Amino acid sequence: MIKKIGNLNKNKIISRRLFILVAAKIGLLGIVTSRLYNLQISQKEKYEVLSDKNRIREWKTPPQRGIITDYFNNVIADNQRVYQVHLSLEEVSNFNNSIFKLKNIISLKEDEIKKIYEKKEKSKPWDTLIISENLSWKEFSKLNLYLHELDGAKPVLSTSRYYPYSNDLVHVVGYVGDATTQDIQNKKKIEENFVPGLKVGKIGIENSKDTDLIGNHGIKRYEVNASGKKISEISYNKETQGENLRTTIDLEIQQLAQELLKNQAGSICVMDIYTGEVITMASSPTYDPNKFTHGISTEDWNEIKNNKLRPLLNKSLAGLYSPGSTIKPLVALAALEYGIIDTKFKVNCKGHDHPYELYGERYHCWKKNGHGWMSMRNAIKQSCDIYFYEVARLLGVDKLSLIAKRYGLGSKVLEDFFSEEKKGIVPSTKWKKQVLEQSWYLGETVITGIGQGYIQTTPLQLCLMTAQLANGGYKIKPNLIYDKEIDLDIIKSKIESEKNKSVSQNILKDHEFKYYERLYRNPKNLKFVLDAMYGSTNEQFGTSFRSRHKEDKYKFAGKTGTSQVKRITDQDRELDLNLEEIEYKSRDHALFIAFAPYDKPRYSLSVLIEHGGSGSKAAAPLANKLIKKILDRHELREKIRKDLKNIA
Amino acid sequence: MILSTSLNSTSYSFIDKLKAVDYFLIIIVAIIGSMSVFSIYSTESGNFSFYTKNHLTRFLVFFFMFLVVSFVRVSFWYKQAYIFYILGILLLLLVIFFGISASGSKRWINFFIMNLQPSELMKIAIIVCFARYYHRIQSSDIQSYKYLLQPIILLLIPCYLVITQPDLGTAILIAGSGLAIIWLAGLNLKYFIYSGLILLVSLPFVISILKPYQKSRILTFFNPDRDPLGAGYQIIQSKIAIGSGGLLGKGFLQGTQSYLEFLPEKHTDFIFTLFSEEFGFVGSMVLILLYALLIYRIIRIGFSSRSFFAKLYCFGFASALFLYIFVNIAMVVGLLPIVGAPLPIMSYGGSSMLSIMLGLGIVMSCKIYSRDPIGN
Repeated sequence: MIKKIGNLNKNKIISRRLFILVAAKIGLLGIVTSRLYNLQISQKEKYEVLSDKNRIREWKTPPQRGIITDYFNNVIADNQRVYQVHLSLEEVSNFNNSIFKLKNIISLKEDEIKKIYEKKEKSKPWDTLIISENLSWKEFSKLNLYLHELDGAKPVLSTSRYYPYSNDLVHVVGYVGDATTQDIQNKKKIEENFVPGLKVGKIGIENSKDTDLIGNHGIKRYEVNASGKKISEISYNKETQGENLRTTIDLEIQQLAQELLKNQAGSICVMDIYTGEVITMASSPTYDPNKFTHGISTEDWNEIKNNKLRPLLNKSLAGLYSPGSTIKPLVALAALEYGIIDTKFKVNCKGHDHPYELYGERYHCWKKNGHGWMSMRNAIKQSCDIYFYEVARLLGVDKLSLIAKRYGLGSKVLEDFFSEEKKGIVPSTKWKKQVLEQSWYLGETVITGIGQGYIQTTPLQLCLMTAQLANGGYKIKPNLIYDKEIDLDIIKSKIESEKNKSVSQNILKDHEFKYYERLYRNPKNLKFVLDAMYGSTNEQFGTSFRSRHKEDKYKFAGKTGTSQVKRITDQDRELDLNLEEIEYKSRDHALFIAFAPYDKPRYSLSVLIEHGGSGSKAAAPLANKLIKKILDRHELREKIRKDLKNIA
Repeated sequence: MILSTSLNSTSYSFIDKLKAVDYFLIIIVAIIGSMSVFSIYSTESGNFSFYTKNHLTRFLVFFFMFLVVSFVRVSFWYKQAYIFYILGILLLLLVIFFGISASGSKRWINFFIMNLQPSELMKIAIIVCFARYYHRIQSSDIQSYKYLLQPIILLLIPCYLVITQPDLGTAILIAGSGLAIIWLAGLNLKYFIYSGLILLVSLPFVISILKPYQKSRILTFFNPDRDPLGAGYQIIQSKIAIGSGGLLGKGFLQGTQSYLEFLPEKHTDFIFTLFSEEFGFVGSMVLILLYALLIYRIIRIGFSSRSFFAKLYCFGFASALFLYIFVNIAMVVGLLPIVGAPLPIMSYGGSSMLSIMLGLGIVMSCKIYSRDPIGN
């Protein structure tokens, strides 16, 4: 019985204890349930994102650069098929071994291997390394033959930049190269579309229009497992090609210009005097932009860098030169506009024995025996220095500077399009005080009158100046990329309405001009200057008479210039050496500006030959050949212009 | 009294026995069993290969064993309880000398057809042993030091042997189920409180004797991001898998976390994670509910048993089963450190399946022979 009572007691205890235990179990179950609720219901989104992050990995595919063409749709920057070899790191069992094998197959150089190891240091274990960007067909086929021995190596057909006219357009189009950290930081578009191995523009149009050209990268999404192995492709947003660009350049004229400049340092610029289209912007010497695409070799780079004629300098817009006598039409125009003198004003040029004197300083004309009594037209035509010393003295440097700036000197022609473009210098009394902290001397005014001294211009500025004189004195908008907003007919009608507008009181004061606004006070003054330039090329004793075209349709007007690189001493004058006898570095720069055709001007040009000697001998003859080509191609260009307008 | 007992103990007809079977419990076990087969099938990305085949075979074999054991008289287990315990200890000792090592611990003995993990068997042996032990003790004697010390020694021996394998998880489960029975038998609450305090005080010492990987697991539990690619990886990936399952889950065979091998040990300790990823919150609740029903049925059988041994065994086994389930799920959802405890029936593993089915068989035998008033 006792036992039974004991057992009853035990049964009671066990039931009570079980009850407590079950209660505890229910409590614990509640905790687990609420935890599951928390994970799967409340925080579902968070964990879904984490799960996708786990399982989905993105690979970016490189964008395709836009194509660049000239005005006539000739491709000047193309995308070319290239053979590459990539190494997928996650599939490589022994990296050193793979590189060693590859080295033997595709002949990698020591420094290339060093670069590969550097790249490997920076990459993630699932990245793909580009071992070689540009294999020859022979190497590529050899690689494919040995592929089974190379784990992780992948032969890839890719595209890269190719410039079919290699050297001819490098100063316009520029070149591409690997994106640096700086490139990525500076341009948002590059940052957004960056993929390893992305090429970006380094200079020229490639650089300034990078944002338009670059395109958008694609994204391939793969499902991957825990060790990063691709299981399946989930989606592929295809990469897009960047915008195609049509430049205003005429490839044929550009090529002719480069040909004419061959073996010399210099520049040739050609511009449409109404639309401001830069038709040619040649700079010599040049170099091959294709060498930069896959990284230039030290050897090639040194060759370019150490060339005494400085191929890397874009002389058209970053080369600064004294304009020399090419500024004379502008000095004459300024004097006429301000009414300082009239066209009948005469000065006697008496030769080296009787130079122009001012406060004891003597200023010589280039012509040893003198020009005799010169009127304004003759002074421009024969480029008499004495005449312009006197005109400049009467005019004053500040008025000259104001007119020079108005016609395009002293500021960037293509604004910020090219980072390397230079502003040049158009001196004035104020400029000298501010920059050099010195007062102006009258003697400095005198030499500014013949384009020497402080004044510094780029060949493109001279071309623009000529254009704005030749179009009758209207401000134009220079451009290098075809822009449908710039319409010839609209420009011409704008100019027509400006012509008939009454002149404002401010015309001779310093102020900002809008595009296609008239820049002159009296149209007769401009006409006079242009006529004098005609004389300079087409009449006997004109400085560029020998370079004239006899045929009416090619007739052009121009002005030579010879820019001294050092002061001519009395001794030099005494010796009167031939060009060949002077040291290259001391020879004068030869310049020539012109517009054509004379009766109905349409194109302006500037020619510069560094250390070429005199403008009439070295620069003007090139203009003769160029102008023929430019005018021959005029019809075709106008046809394209109409077609483009109709498409729009 | 004695006469009636012996009379009763022999008067079971086969029909009586079949009538007494708890079919509901069998159905629950069958359902959970089939769910486990599908889950293992999913760990193999829907291929009916090695793990699935093995698991299915084991489940069928041990399910059959469960039914066979059900018809073994409960008094057999009562009589053989200490033998069972001693056998368990012997096997554990055998492991030390002839055990097979895997991933740094020695837990298995090769028995040709299967690798037996004696510690799993010990989980059941301790319950049977304690049920017998307390069956005989008067309630007034339970609190005495003599009767307190004996079970503690009985419990410490297997726990020590298992910890040194090392297998902290199983040791905790053995200790936990032993303590549950001591509690059910009626040991005064104050002893639990005292021992709890002693444990707290000795914790620094315990930690100092832990293996470095065990320490790291515990530290990682408190801050999984401490080492996201090392020790914390399992917890983080398991939580991602469960959380991303959402309400209804990613669907059968669609669990990306496990399919893409982000989930370690997915067919053993982390089977719940896979299940939860594919079937979501609803699926998890269904599984938990099935387990709850299973435990409820076991407790019910305990209540209907006349003998104290059967009662204590059923309640003890139910508590132990709950403990296994709770520790496993709490572990994979990040509520407890990862200690290595399989989910009953669901997890891949022969020994675990064997011990659960054996345990359930004894429960069923308690049901069938419920009128047996055991040993005096």
